[in-house]
Amino acid sequence: MKRNGSDIMMEVLLEQGVHRIFGYPGGAVLNIYDALYKYSAKIQHVITAHEQGAAHAADGYARLTGKIGVVLATSGPGATNLVTGIATAYMDSVPLVAITGNVGTGLIGRDSFQEVYITGITLPITKHNFVVRHVEELADVLRAAFAIAQEGRKGPVLVDIPKDVSAAVCEFTPAPEAARTARPRSLDEAALGAAADLLNAAERPVLYFGGGVSSAGAGEALRALARKCDAPATHTLMAAGVLGAGEERNLGLIGMHGCATANRAVHEADVLLMAGTRLSDRVALSPGKFAAGAKRIHIDIDPAEIGKNVTADLTLVGDVKDVLEALLPRLEEKEHAVWRETLRDWRKNDYHPKDDSSVLRPHQVMAAISALAGPEAVYVTDVGQHQLWAAQYVDHVRPRSFLTSGGLGTMGYGYGAAIGAKMAAGSRPVVHITGDGSFHMNMNEACTAVSYRVPVITIIMNNQVLGMVRQWQTVFYDRRYSATDPQRKTDFVRLAEGFGLRCTRCETLPQFEQAFRAALGADGPVWIECRIGKDEKVLPMIPAGGTIADMMMD
Amino acid sequence: MVRNVLSVLVDNHAGVLARISSLFGRRGFNIDSLSVSATDDPGLSRITIVVSGEGAELDQILKQTEKLLETRAVFLVEPAMGVLRELLLVKVGADETTRSALREIAAVYKAKIIDLSPGSMIFELTGEPEKIDAFLGMLCSYPVLELCRTGITALQRGEPTYQLKERMLP
Repeated sequence: MKRNGSDIMMEVLLEQGVHRIFGYPGGAVLNIYDALYKYSAKIQHVITAHEQGAAHAADGYARLTGKIGVVLATSGPGATNLVTGIATAYMDSVPLVAITGNVGTGLIGRDSFQEVYITGITLPITKHNFVVRHVEELADVLRAAFAIAQEGRKGPVLVDIPKDVSAAVCEFTPAPEAARTARPRSLDEAALGAAADLLNAAERPVLYFGGGVSSAGAGEALRALARKCDAPATHTLMAAGVLGAGEERNLGLIGMHGCATANRAVHEADVLLMAGTRLSDRVALSPGKFAAGAKRIHIDIDPAEIGKNVTADLTLVGDVKDVLEALLPRLEEKEHAVWRETLRDWRKNDYHPKDDSSVLRPHQVMAAISALAGPEAVYVTDVGQHQLWAAQYVDHVRPRSFLTSGGLGTMGYGYGAAIGAKMAAGSRPVVHITGDGSFHMNMNEACTAVSYRVPVITIIMNNQVLGMVRQWQTVFYDRRYSATDPQRKTDFVRLAEGFGLRCTRCETLPQFEQAFRAALGADGPVWIECRIGKDEKVLPMIPAGGTIADMMMD
Repeated sequence: MVRNVLSVLVDNHAGVLARISSLFGRRGFNIDSLSVSATDDPGLSRITIVVSGEGAELDQILKQTEKLLETRAVFLVEPAMGVLRELLLVKVGADETTRSALREIAAVYKAKIIDLSPGSMIFELTGEPEKIDAFLGMLCSYPVLELCRTGITALQRGEPTYQLKERMLP
């Protein structure tokens, strides 16, 4: 049947199982929005305050559900406003399809109104991108975009559709099923055998895993492997919740602000299994010294990650779940009583902040949130000190339930992502933990949460400074607080009122607990402002380029 | 510095060169020369890239290039098996007093004289980069006015050793 480009786009979205997209209208996407009007019973369009918020919302939706998030924006500034959101998704391997309108093909390249070369701009931050110059190509390009976003290592794909293409008409042939199926990669039997031999012979084995384990759904396989090898496991920021907070073998977070025992275990390990992780500079702070005494086995779906930052003695390229499941039957049941005992001793000396009932302390706020929100809660953060406190002190017990910008470190990620996540989270509480610095970046999405009555609970950890940068200035720049104390006079309670929601200000733990309990029952968004001290730090801390020997505990 | 010759077969799409150069730029890989050409298959182009880099860096260059969806094959031309050629055009200032000496040098290197003007000559030379370097070395005592080289283009002797990946893009 003959359809115009915009209808074809709707049909392909439906083919792909997309029933909700995030976006913002504009001139170059008028045709597409006209189709959205027609298809509104089948596809919900969520309009945000800013395209960046829409991109983060699609990202949050994707991280929570594992499905592809879709974001739509107009040409020019609409498209450039997506850039931070796309880069955020790219760095954390989140499947996203970004669709931008562009000026008509006849106007491209002439510096037309709201024209920008968005495929050029997003070249290094997408898995791939397309410009559709002929309506006949549109359906297949969109289908390819969905396939690329989720095959292999996931990531964002951008499709740029000039205005005349979204209006042009051509024959459309529906494709009921996604035609492409991922070809399973055959695993390297010899390497599997060698990896099993290393693990079977290990005396101090450690598992270190990242977001790949979460995105492959390999949590159960990892748990089984940890049990069989009797190996402790430590995770990156991207993999919080894959193993539960209370599980004995879970050492918690690794890296710059990771748990001392986790970092030390990796340092002292004789065999280290690195799974679904890219050994970023926040983990392998000094790549040449990272687990230098261990035989290192690296599993990743992306061959280019092998040996990129840290070399491995053995490599297994493939879907982490497939590899772990193939490895399991080759492993012997082990018990490492001495190693376990050693770790137990080390843990006694881990950093434990002191409680103080006279003020609000970050770790107490996080613990209270966890206790009250329960195991089903989803946590979404911005970037900075609050992000690490949330990583360290919230009890993470579910995979895909700690949504945070790990790779790009995008301040302002949280609110949009939390709104997108909550729209797919059903009755699960969604708690957006932010700082006053990050929140100032994209708090405008409050209007979205209010319009759509999205009950996201926002916790503003307000220390009135840009705490993480200030912490570095304290430690490394002799307290020269350059531009980290902006002297803002923002009154969050009154501001919330202006947006049409409520904010409660808290200065003690009982106040906070009361406010949070009330927030859990709200049927729309709420904010809770927690006044905390300027000098609260994220600890422990290993400076960039350092090792466990450089760890600071106060 | 080790010279690595990468042969990359890519889908013949608009923008594929931008993708390759963006990748090299972003990752800090150094391109010494690059040439793009058609192949016997109209759907494929061959990009020959000369890069410096060794070990882990070279490994990254290969893997990251392979990751591009338009890349259908990428391999290092083995030095012993590679046939490498480059084309040089060089314009040298010359008058009646120097012409014959220049012709003599050109004859030894089998360079062609493709332009003779009152004040200059243009030579064309095809060959391995070392031969071109040597020829240019001989010209250094003459005024070189303009010069361009195509960069290396290369094939490997014998049966092709690479396999084309399945086409990923519509």
